[in-house]
Amino acid sequence: MSVIVNGKSVDAAPRPGQCLRTFLRDTGHFGVKKGCDAGDCGACTVLLDGEPVHSCLIPAFRADGKAVTTVEGLATDEGLHPMQQAFLDAQAFQCGFCTAGMIVTCASLNQAQKKDLGAALKGNLCRCTGYRAIEDALLGRTHIEEVAAGEAFGRSLPAPAGPELVQGQARYTFDTAIDGLLYIKLLRSPHAHARIIGIDKAAALAVPGVHAVLTHEDAPAVLFSTARHEQAWMDPADTRVLDDVVRFVGQKVAAVVADSEAAAEEGCRRLVVDYQILPAIVDPAAATAPGAPVIHAGRSTEHRIADVNRNIVAETHGEFGDVAAALASAAVTYEGTFTTQRVQHAALETHGGLAWLDGEGVLNVRSSTQVPFLTRRALAEIFALAPDKVRVFCERVGGGFGGKQEMFVEDILALAALKTGRPVKLEFTREEQFIATSTRHPMRVTVKAGADRDGKLTALQLDVLSNTGAYGNHAGPVLFHACSESISVYNCPNKKVDGIAVYTNTVPAGAYRGYGLPQTTFAVEAAIDELALQLGIDPFEMRRRNIVRPGDPMLAPPGSGPSDVLYGSYGLDQCLDLVERAMAEATPAPERSDEWLTGDGIALTMIDTVPPDGHIADATISLHHDGAFTLTVGTAEFGNGTSTVHRQIAATVLGTTVDRIALKQSDTAHGGHDTGAYGSTGTFVAGRATQAAAEALAAELKGLAAQRWSVAPADCVIADDAISCGARRLSFKELATVSGTPLAASGHSQGTPRSVAFNVQGFRVAVNKHTGVIEILRSVQAADAGRVANPMQCRGQIEGGVAQALGAALYEEIVIDDTGRVVNPRFRDYHLPSYADVPRTQVLFAATNDAIGPLGAKSMSESPYNPVAAALGNALRAATGIRFTSVPFKPDRLFPRLQEMFGD
Amino acid sequence: MDLNTITEVVRPTTRAGLPAWKAGDAWLAGGTWLFSEPQVQLSRLIDLREMAWPALTTNDQGLCIAATCSVAELDALPCPPDWIAAPLIDQCCRAFLASFKIWKTATVGGNLCMSLPAGPMISLLAALEGVCTIWKNDGTERRISVVDFVTGNNSNVLAPGDLLRQIDIPLTALKRRTAFRQIALSPVGRSGALLIGTQGRDGDLLLTVTGSTVKPLQLRFGTMPDEAALRASILGDIPDALYHDDVHGKPAWRKAMTLRLAEEIRAELAGVRP
Repeated sequence: MSVIVNGKSVDAAPRPGQCLRTFLRDTGHFGVKKGCDAGDCGACTVLLDGEPVHSCLIPAFRADGKAVTTVEGLATDEGLHPMQQAFLDAQAFQCGFCTAGMIVTCASLNQAQKKDLGAALKGNLCRCTGYRAIEDALLGRTHIEEVAAGEAFGRSLPAPAGPELVQGQARYTFDTAIDGLLYIKLLRSPHAHARIIGIDKAAALAVPGVHAVLTHEDAPAVLFSTARHEQAWMDPADTRVLDDVVRFVGQKVAAVVADSEAAAEEGCRRLVVDYQILPAIVDPAAATAPGAPVIHAGRSTEHRIADVNRNIVAETHGEFGDVAAALASAAVTYEGTFTTQRVQHAALETHGGLAWLDGEGVLNVRSSTQVPFLTRRALAEIFALAPDKVRVFCERVGGGFGGKQEMFVEDILALAALKTGRPVKLEFTREEQFIATSTRHPMRVTVKAGADRDGKLTALQLDVLSNTGAYGNHAGPVLFHACSESISVYNCPNKKVDGIAVYTNTVPAGAYRGYGLPQTTFAVEAAIDELALQLGIDPFEMRRRNIVRPGDPMLAPPGSGPSDVLYGSYGLDQCLDLVERAMAEATPAPERSDEWLTGDGIALTMIDTVPPDGHIADATISLHHDGAFTLTVGTAEFGNGTSTVHRQIAATVLGTTVDRIALKQSDTAHGGHDTGAYGSTGTFVAGRATQAAAEALAAELKGLAAQRWSVAPADCVIADDAISCGARRLSFKELATVSGTPLAASGHSQGTPRSVAFNVQGFRVAVNKHTGVIEILRSVQAADAGRVANPMQCRGQIEGGVAQALGAALYEEIVIDDTGRVVNPRFRDYHLPSYADVPRTQVLFAATNDAIGPLGAKSMSESPYNPVAAALGNALRAATGIRFTSVPFKPDRLFPRLQEMFGD
Repeated sequence: MDLNTITEVVRPTTRAGLPAWKAGDAWLAGGTWLFSEPQVQLSRLIDLREMAWPALTTNDQGLCIAATCSVAELDALPCPPDWIAAPLIDQCCRAFLASFKIWKTATVGGNLCMSLPAGPMISLLAALEGVCTIWKNDGTERRISVVDFVTGNNSNVLAPGDLLRQIDIPLTALKRRTAFRQIALSPVGRSGALLIGTQGRDGDLLLTVTGSTVKPLQLRFGTMPDEAALRASILGDIPDALYHDDVHGKPAWRKAMTLRLAEEIRAELAGVRP
């Protein structure tokens, strides 16, 4: 077949059942992405004879004789396509994985379609931005700034990868061609709990092209956790690369390695597995009951599982004061039980990676990860390799949200590469993402709260049941985090916490943006509102009377020794004021029938700027002979924008412009260590390391100049790409030349002490009392991010966090049936917010300057998510008088209680 | 996605050239569903595109829609002014969960054959009193109304090897007044209920209920019923078991929305201001 792709003839024969998407990628057009491979997300959109289509749905043979334009073909000799330029000017991307398909689609829209973007863009999902920036690109708005040397920090500079992103040239995990590559497919368990008695591989090995079948017999006996933390003790050792017991439907049973995905799939189908079915448990409330099946039988506290026989992986209990007595004597009390559902990150780039052994015998792993260094550590331990014999790195990562603070593929990739000696690839399907990676921990939270007549909290109690699924990755830390800042943000003399995280035979839960706080905040912020309502106190005022202020201890039982969390800055009071003022502004409201009820709701959240117990980052920076710099950091870029911020920090310290700073990142081969891009640390921790490295190099440059001029270094100034002292000036280029030795410096950050960041969300909603349909009339979020490193990017993080949280609050839910099977593992049944679903959010910043964070900045990537469901629940309460205690707030879920209250 | 078990694609051009049906065969029309999910049971695709059926044919009997007519082709049909039911075409196309990019490829017949409760082409063609022509595997033909073609969630009257050839819309149906209502759990989401009412010059009412029920249902009223009569008919004629239950809507809500949207349609066609 012959097809013209981007003006060039491509002659190749597609396989009979091949789709156009893989045909284009096989012929080197990596700008065509796979988000779902099912026509739902639009990341693979191309023009077929000028018309936009989802190339994953087009049989490849139907492109014969046609012209295909991918995002790589939009630019001409005259420059970028106007839509590419518009996406750059508005910075209408974060991770950028949806961008290629988004730009191709937007470039094809006619004027009528541009007037109804909700309909026109329903086939293009973006998980990062919340769509405001995409709308701005379509409206031709520019947000990027150009700034002078030394002034980068605090300004809206564009992401360095932007030009490559909009042209489909940024290289994501799978965007490379490797000779001799073998493909891995995984056979997954159909049972929620079973012992593998035997696996007959003969028929699979007989499939032409199959090289190896790997089972638990090939896997090291080492137990580990897929969760990656600086301290291994944070997670239980309950997982093997391949196990002889499967504990959830979808767990990997065997890996088939073959010349093609087709052969590997066929090999999986030919495997004959003899299972001994074991009793399974799906309901977390029943997991601890006597007689419940023990999911990790034979393990113990030595494996860091709190109570194996009761399926409790982690627990926390503690009390300050006397909550029972305080509740008994409180003027008002509230008790409620809140449940949150199983939701998923849904990063558009699925998990996966590539692995190979190089000429020096080093195992190289390129994967879609937030934690290359900790993954290297795990692989070295599991496979008994010296750390310098393992290299893990990532190129650009297509979204993470915590889901890639795990090792879901690298272990099997390593095993396959080591067993076959060949380069191997494993790329998860969207279905595998849903059934076999991780989700947020579903929680049942009972909150009890009491206050005195003045609205002062006197009692606050949480009882938490967290469902970690079949494995305990992140079970403990998520539980502890959930029970921490959600209540330590309030002064209250009597607090009590009881929390357990239990195993069930379901897909594991793991790290997800907010890390437990969204779940408990949903309950706590409801309780605060309910007390305020009983007392007749305004919700803002109620919070002002109870929030911690600098000097107040931030307490959550049980507490453990001295805390390294400090008030590096404090802007919660400002955030409350900002949202209150914004919500009070008159907004035009369309006329509605009396079926629509309206109400306002708010919620606040506090977050420690770094996870506890160690988060480490190294950075190095060197000066080249041309006067430019190379900055090397370990932290990964997956749309969080840290690549932009690190260059801004270095350029500001070194008195230069960001274009003079080349960035190398996220590769263990670069040396040093980086705990990883999680816990909102890419700026706060790794940024500190970059700042330290840049300051050290600046001092070195000043010292060098001072020595030549025989002046004190303190009399030298670094600015405008030079060191100067009075009228004397040495440019960086000259300094690089005069120095006999390479000029370089390194910086290190220990992630301690830590500071606190704050967010306040306000919503005004209208609810139809007969249909349950919710419309968001107003959305405001104020954030205390310290001195904001990049206002445009930080706004984007907040808008994206609100959008993702709205997905969870309104639509998203992984449904698991009685047998433990995920019933909706596809985007058409797991509704991610599309353009039409996301209201614009007004973003406001508190004016603070952090004493601990780099150049005064604080973390702001997870926390915007945290108050959203809580604020929405409070707004629904205000509108309807009903306290809805379960998310998602879908119309069909709200309907029964609305009908009860308001009739038909 | 790649359908890796497919080893052969045949592209017949005539009915006589259709291959003998065997296990592992699938008709390929647009392919937008076929290529959206794993199909490991399949080994051969029979591409219908080369059959070159005219997408849309109008005559004095009405409109003939080939099963392979794309949604976009139907949407673009220039309708005569006296086809006052024509706005339904646009409304139903926009009721797709899928985007306009999919319409270019997806076919009307494919949507019918998927037989999902929320299939908007089912809603449209049922409301327009469409009649399917099926080329039976045994060489005979069968005509059956769209309402009866779909027998349940993801099921229909087709036997293996049967092929949906076309849907004929009678001219009378295209000249009826219409009212359309749809609701979903999200603003542009999959229909939780999609109801269409049509009314002829004699003031009757044909109410088509889709989306909320596992299969399309029609209620006929010789004259416009009042609110209570309509409600009673729906409650009487649609047993609770027929309300669909999945992630796109719980049955109790779907039932309530059916009653609500039906009344809105009645009021609109009766000329009552809500």
